[in-house]
Amino acid sequence: MDNLHELMHGFNIAITVPHLALMVIGVLLGILVGVLPGLGAPNGVSLLLPLTFGMQPVSAIILLSSMYWGALFGGSVTSILFNIPGEPSSVATTFDGYPMARDGRPTTALATAFGSAAFGALIGVILITFLASWVAQVALAFGPAEYFAVYFLAFASFVGMGGAAPIKTVVALAIGFAIAAIGIDTVSGSVRLTMGVDELVKGVNFVVAVMGLFGIGELLVAVEEEFHARAASSKIDWREVFRAVGRLPRHSVALLRSAAIGCWMGITPGGPTAASFMSYGIARRFSRRGRYFGTGEVEGIISPETADHAAGTSALLPMLALGIPGSATAAVMMGGLMIWGLNPGPMLFVDQKDFVWGLIASMYVGNIVAVALVLLTVPVFAALMRIPFVIIAPLIVIICVVGAYSVSNSYLDVVMMLGFGIVGYLFKKLFYPLAPLVLAIVIGDKAEDAFRQSMLMSKGSLGIFFANKLVTCLIVAGIALLLLPLVLQLARLLRKPAPSTDETTAQKRAQETAREKVII
Amino acid sequence: MGRTSKLLLFAAATVLAGTMPALSAWQPQKPIEFVATAGPGGGTDNLARAVQNIITKHKLVEQPIVVVNKGGGSGAEGYVYGKASAGDPYKVIFGTSNAWQQPLVSKVAFNYTDLTAIAAMAQDEFLLWVKQDAPYKTAGDYLKAAASSEFKMGGAQSKDTDEVLTRMIEKAGHVKLTYIPFKSGAETAVQLAGGHLDSHVNNPSESLGQWRGGTQRPLCVFSPKRLPQGAKVTATEGWGDVPTCVEQGLDIKQYEQPRTVWLPGKVTPDQAAFYVDLMKKVQATPEWKDYIEKTSQVDTFLTGAEFDKFIKDDLEHVKQVAGEQGWLVK
Repeated sequence: MDNLHELMHGFNIAITVPHLALMVIGVLLGILVGVLPGLGAPNGVSLLLPLTFGMQPVSAIILLSSMYWGALFGGSVTSILFNIPGEPSSVATTFDGYPMARDGRPTTALATAFGSAAFGALIGVILITFLASWVAQVALAFGPAEYFAVYFLAFASFVGMGGAAPIKTVVALAIGFAIAAIGIDTVSGSVRLTMGVDELVKGVNFVVAVMGLFGIGELLVAVEEEFHARAASSKIDWREVFRAVGRLPRHSVALLRSAAIGCWMGITPGGPTAASFMSYGIARRFSRRGRYFGTGEVEGIISPETADHAAGTSALLPMLALGIPGSATAAVMMGGLMIWGLNPGPMLFVDQKDFVWGLIASMYVGNIVAVALVLLTVPVFAALMRIPFVIIAPLIVIICVVGAYSVSNSYLDVVMMLGFGIVGYLFKKLFYPLAPLVLAIVIGDKAEDAFRQSMLMSKGSLGIFFANKLVTCLIVAGIALLLLPLVLQLARLLRKPAPSTDETTAQKRAQETAREKVII
Repeated sequence: MGRTSKLLLFAAATVLAGTMPALSAWQPQKPIEFVATAGPGGGTDNLARAVQNIITKHKLVEQPIVVVNKGGGSGAEGYVYGKASAGDPYKVIFGTSNAWQQPLVSKVAFNYTDLTAIAAMAQDEFLLWVKQDAPYKTAGDYLKAAASSEFKMGGAQSKDTDEVLTRMIEKAGHVKLTYIPFKSGAETAVQLAGGHLDSHVNNPSESLGQWRGGTQRPLCVFSPKRLPQGAKVTATEGWGDVPTCVEQGLDIKQYEQPRTVWLPGKVTPDQAAFYVDLMKKVQATPEWKDYIEKTSQVDTFLTGAEFDKFIKDDLEHVKQVAGEQGWLVK
């Protein structure tokens, strides 16, 4: 119980008036940059960084990490209300959050998202508190082959997942891989697929792709189908905030499963994005109301949000203990650590106990501060839905244009964003799923690097993916998930004449759920 | 022109003349953009932000400075941007030796001659690192072991500084190494700690935390003499205790990575002189010394002909290695 003792000491550092004030400031600034067009957490944190140079390292990291929590919550707001995810990890939240908000229930959607995000973060911090040293060891076991296996698992949980035809999912994945390949290739160092446009050497930024695919694409669909008639009918009710949070425990299975997926993906360096997608994919398959996913299901919001925050929080640990930043924001904070004179690495836990445990304690307090502040603002944000479509639509275009431009002050990005808008519209119209496309854009490049690094190591032998227990388990689980829909379909075909199909599938599904849990 | 306006004109001229500094003829009139050719948090980004911070703190420039990251394509994004901004003295590009190395080995749409060289401000050293519990104690032992089985060497990026050094080690030590490129030095360090690699050639700051934490240790430094002693890193050893590679029989006398500063092409000599002067002022501050010490780099300042010679020499050398490996692009 050494850790508990240290944690109490950490609370002594974190719960002081100046530090609490810093948390409130940080969270508010974070919500602001999360909601405002084109700022986002990494930019917000790097703008604030120079101000922290004169501070104590603990105070500085408390300010920056609070801003990070605020920005994560703020990012969910735009995903849910306008279908514009600010961070890669909040893409999956749009799948059910946006339809629910559009149906006139923005308050419920926001409150559910914030409540489950807070739960995920809490589980993440508890994990860090008790398993700090063990967690750092697990991350070390991950070489290129294991990385690839984790990404493979994330992709596999998406192929053939309900909704769209498996072949359409594969097509979307393939297009995403091609887009991810644009720019300089890490493994060979050569330039790929720039098609004569010199600036494309930088590759396609995720924010540019997503703002177009989701923001503009959805806008085009809305203009055509006149969704906007319903938008004005949203009710604003303070009590609904508490009611929505109060209903969360009913979904305890989804909460716990998503938190487990989140923590696992946070520790193994899969990261919050892969975690939220995987959690959504698995929830869709195993939830009782899975087939309604995508139309504004509560569990469709809970699953990605919980996993995202659980992963985001527990990913802070590898950063401190090993010096691998789990996200762009974490990378900026790591740069900050160096400037404050601290070196991320195994010794940080020994040399800088005050810093580490002060930070961990502040994660408990900071998240409570953040969720309280953000729940208070829900009705205000929900009121945005009452603004007539004729005003909101140009605003969304402005958000997307400014957001795309500010990624690296480039007009090319704005043009590409608009191009992605058209792609998004076409995908919707032709019933191609957007999620696999985005997933491939975000982690396709990493998966490719990991695969080719593994091949370099093994001199081209695929045996490296079965070289030890860890990687074998991951790959086998991935293949199982990949084949599952095929097997189910076959089984259904074979048993067509028998009327008792439903029962057997239900049994089978229960068994698979159990097996899945063991794997996770 | 009436008498009053003549008087006013004269008064205005006097006031303006008073604000003109004696030394440099050009002064910035609008905000300046610092372009880091790396993502947030990397070594190049840290340099740009440290310089920005020093300038702001000591009010060396009246105009505000913003740092933007253009790290796509291993930094090519930032250089291409610099090339496209020809004649604009409000864009300062921070990079490394990849400004001249990258165009040799990949088809990027810029060359260092498209930019105006300002200065090389700091040199990062390279060391040969192995896992803490590896059996070899010296670079000699390492080479002996590497001769009998092909070792896995990790590094940041492909055909970049780390891989060039790896190929030099192969040649000098008569061994064969499998080079595995990762995104960054920090990532490589973790892979070595996890035992997925046999060695890497990180800069001091990239593996400092790992050395202190006892996951990996340096065998030797690619420098003509040992590094300055400084504070102890582990309980018993500091940077000054690491032998040079030549001492240990690995004959590579010197290998360093400069941190470089550029302006876009076609700027006036006055404008370039202003920034050379500015960087010199930055280097004279105590905060700069502090930055150099904390990041374990070597303080240098190359500009003008000296910098030019450095680039030419380095190019010559890299061309040779790249030619032998068949990396050169037409």
